[in-house]
Amino acid sequence: MRGITKEFPGVTALSEVDLTVKAGAIHAICGENGAGKSTLMKVLSGVYPHGDYSGDILFDGHACEFKDIRASERAGIAIIHQELALVPYLSIAENVFLGNEQSRFGVIGWDQTLIEAQALLDRVGLRESPQTRVADIGVGKQQLVEIAKALSKKVRLLILDEPTAALNDSDSRHLLDLIVDLREHGITSIIISHKLNEVMHVADTITILRDGRTIETIAVNDDLAEDRIVRGMVGRDLTHRFPPRADREIGDIAFSVSNWTVLHPIDQHRKVVDDVSLNVRAGEIVGIAGLMGAGRTELAMSVFGRTYGKYVSGKVFKGDREISTRTVSDAIRNGVAYATEDRKHLGLNLMDSIAQSITLPSLRKISRRGVVNQHEEAGVGERFRASMRIKASSVSAVTGKLSGGNQQKVVLSKWLFTDPDVLILDEPTRGIDVGAKYEIYTIINELAARGKAVLVISSELPELLGICDRIYTLSQGRLTGEVAQADATQETLMRHMMKGRA
Amino acid sequence: MTTTVEQSSQKPEAGQQPGEASPTPPGLRERVSSFLMSHVRQSGMVVALAAIVLLFQVWTGGILLKPLNVTNIVQQNGYILVLAIGMVVVIISGHIDLSVGSIAGFIGAMSGVLMVRNDMPWLLAVGLCVGIGALIGAWQGFWIAYVGIPSFIVTLGGMLVFRGATQYLLEGQSIAPMPHGLEQVSSGFLPEMGTNAVYHWPTVILGAVIMVAAVVVQIRRRRSQLRYGQEVSATPLFVAKCAAIVAALAVFTLLLASYRGVPIVGIILVVLTLIYAFVMRNTVLGRQVYAVGGNSAAARLSGIRNQRVTLLVFVNMGVLAAIAGLLFAARLNSATPQAGINFELEAIAAAFIGGASSSGGVGTVFGAIVGGLVLGVLNNGMSIMGIGSDVQQVIKGLVLLAAVGFDVYNKRKGGR
Repeated sequence: MRGITKEFPGVTALSEVDLTVKAGAIHAICGENGAGKSTLMKVLSGVYPHGDYSGDILFDGHACEFKDIRASERAGIAIIHQELALVPYLSIAENVFLGNEQSRFGVIGWDQTLIEAQALLDRVGLRESPQTRVADIGVGKQQLVEIAKALSKKVRLLILDEPTAALNDSDSRHLLDLIVDLREHGITSIIISHKLNEVMHVADTITILRDGRTIETIAVNDDLAEDRIVRGMVGRDLTHRFPPRADREIGDIAFSVSNWTVLHPIDQHRKVVDDVSLNVRAGEIVGIAGLMGAGRTELAMSVFGRTYGKYVSGKVFKGDREISTRTVSDAIRNGVAYATEDRKHLGLNLMDSIAQSITLPSLRKISRRGVVNQHEEAGVGERFRASMRIKASSVSAVTGKLSGGNQQKVVLSKWLFTDPDVLILDEPTRGIDVGAKYEIYTIINELAARGKAVLVISSELPELLGICDRIYTLSQGRLTGEVAQADATQETLMRHMMKGRA
Repeated sequence: MTTTVEQSSQKPEAGQQPGEASPTPPGLRERVSSFLMSHVRQSGMVVALAAIVLLFQVWTGGILLKPLNVTNIVQQNGYILVLAIGMVVVIISGHIDLSVGSIAGFIGAMSGVLMVRNDMPWLLAVGLCVGIGALIGAWQGFWIAYVGIPSFIVTLGGMLVFRGATQYLLEGQSIAPMPHGLEQVSSGFLPEMGTNAVYHWPTVILGAVIMVAAVVVQIRRRRSQLRYGQEVSATPLFVAKCAAIVAALAVFTLLLASYRGVPIVGIILVVLTLIYAFVMRNTVLGRQVYAVGGNSAAARLSGIRNQRVTLLVFVNMGVLAAIAGLLFAARLNSATPQAGINFELEAIAAAFIGGASSSGGVGTVFGAIVGGLVLGVLNNGMSIMGIGSDVQQVIKGLVLLAAVGFDVYNKRKGGR
């Protein structure tokens, strides 16, 4: 790709970007959110048709002018988006051949479909029947179905946008192995990823984008340090990926949950959370570690207004006083806040402005006799925009157009405005770039320094080690460990997180 | 490959995004164009309405804006506009209500039974009817909000149930005439005062008061926006906007005043519009309706009681459907089994033409009124021109498609 420039109204997303990918290589693209990685890949795969951008695309030495995705697929380029494009209620086989049905005169040949699908599933190492519904398999396996789908189209260049973002460690490893395996079979891959260790592990070459420009392209070898890539991404040395721990006064137990048990909403024989007791002190940051399905989010949501599960039992205390968190409004009134894992679907109304999003849970605070004072609302928005350093043209900007990091800051602002004593943050930095992560960590630190009790749920162990004072581990709904920061290493945590697993 | 020279010259802060960098203060021309851009969705339909009015004014040889006809338009469309107000709220909350026509018919029938067959004082009967409307809304809202049946299904059922109930109540026959008091609500005017001059004075005075109030509200809003340090539109634009509002109100007032004055329906309509526009824009409840429609999961996790909000939205729809039914019965001066057929479709069309989104969370009361007026003027204008109802329906259908298409096109252009 040579000199690619793509403009959106008011924004230049890509300017004169060059990218050269060698055939049969795994090429990683790194950059902060908004650096233009996904846009570049959308140009390459024909999502943005020829003429919508300027510059040239050369594939196998031929200039390409894709007018849509089908055209790029015909040329052998397939893209797998971050949000998977599978139809949940169709079978794996139907999904693999969706839009490319094995048919004669429009009549589907089911035998051929199933046989070919099985062959593709074997190739990607997915041990499921091709007739299984996609809705019934996990995200990791769905990702493999996507790859099988790409392979069915005789793909030669596979583009993966954040393929492991939603996967657990073992699924991620399997996926990365598969990509390496495909390379042996001559399939070129481009991976966009935030996970530097993975990139370093599989990629042959890394191109760094920043602010819509190519910064550099580096060959991966043993001497290459992660810091070098991070430096390229943010344009400055990130000697500390975590803010220094301020001397915080850790007070008495501010919040505790005792003997908390939650049943699965559909399968009521399953205890999703099993007799969990934990506590957080004022001014303390406590982490909750666990693999996917360990029950971390389920624990938090069931505590916060019973928004998950059935037959919830157990008690919640603030200090020594038992409080009710039966409904979300009870929880908020008692000073508990929960920032969800999924910003776009559960955290924000993406049609709302920044100011309106922040005030939503606390509208009563800025209204009199049910009438909202919109000027005060805008003032509140401005205050948080300044204090949280939310980057947006104004507080009336719509949250749907912000980057992930800024959306997360809006979510945090929203909960801070409810003036909570206890904050439960679920994956507070998921899908956020390195620089914004640092800012979020700083904010979390400040909150603790102000005497708030903070619970952080995270899948990234370095993150928990970097910011928490104490870490609980969950496995299969049970509390399996409690480790002080000083004693914690990734290995000890992982051991606890795997306890009781087959 | 790009060199690394730029790297050292610019050091963006962590998390800085392209395009979100510190904005330079825009010039006047940019501000004007950005104002127009950001208001294109809002003002698009107002402009379209004005264009349609002008077109028909020409095509009907000036009949459209004759005082008598303007009065007619208001009286003919009152009940649809009342329904449109309720419907846009339902649509903002992410639902739909197909039963409002049948409910309006049922309430009309009920009013006939109460007032005419049972000689109940008409005001008492009106109160009772509105109460029944609220109950019907609560009944449907219960199934939608608390049981979780899709509103499309519940209200499709309601549409059949209340149509049948209407026919049952009336035994297939019309009841007429309605009491004089009720009839006056639909066809009456603000009473005459003093001498019979060229203009209907109470109307002129009322119009003047509204004009002053509108300008005062605009100025106060702008002042407090400035006080809170928010961006406001440039002064010449603001003056132009105020002038346009005053001019439109003045023309409308004089038109009505040179016939028999403000119809009572008109007053009811204006009051309802103002109340609902205020509730949706400025109150906690209104904000909660937008939140539930925009992202119900996020609303729930923000402590909003979604089910209660949904129930209230449908209770409100029931009340407004009852009012519409009463207005229609008053206008026909009879309760008929056919009353209210297809009203729901007109109301839904009005809401969508006025910019509401079928996925919820978007829409305004003012927009729905404008949408309803677009349909009303089309109806009226084409009838004056003697265009058959067959062609009228085709044209109205195409207008709905075009309006929503325009909206979708705009959104796509503004999005990403």
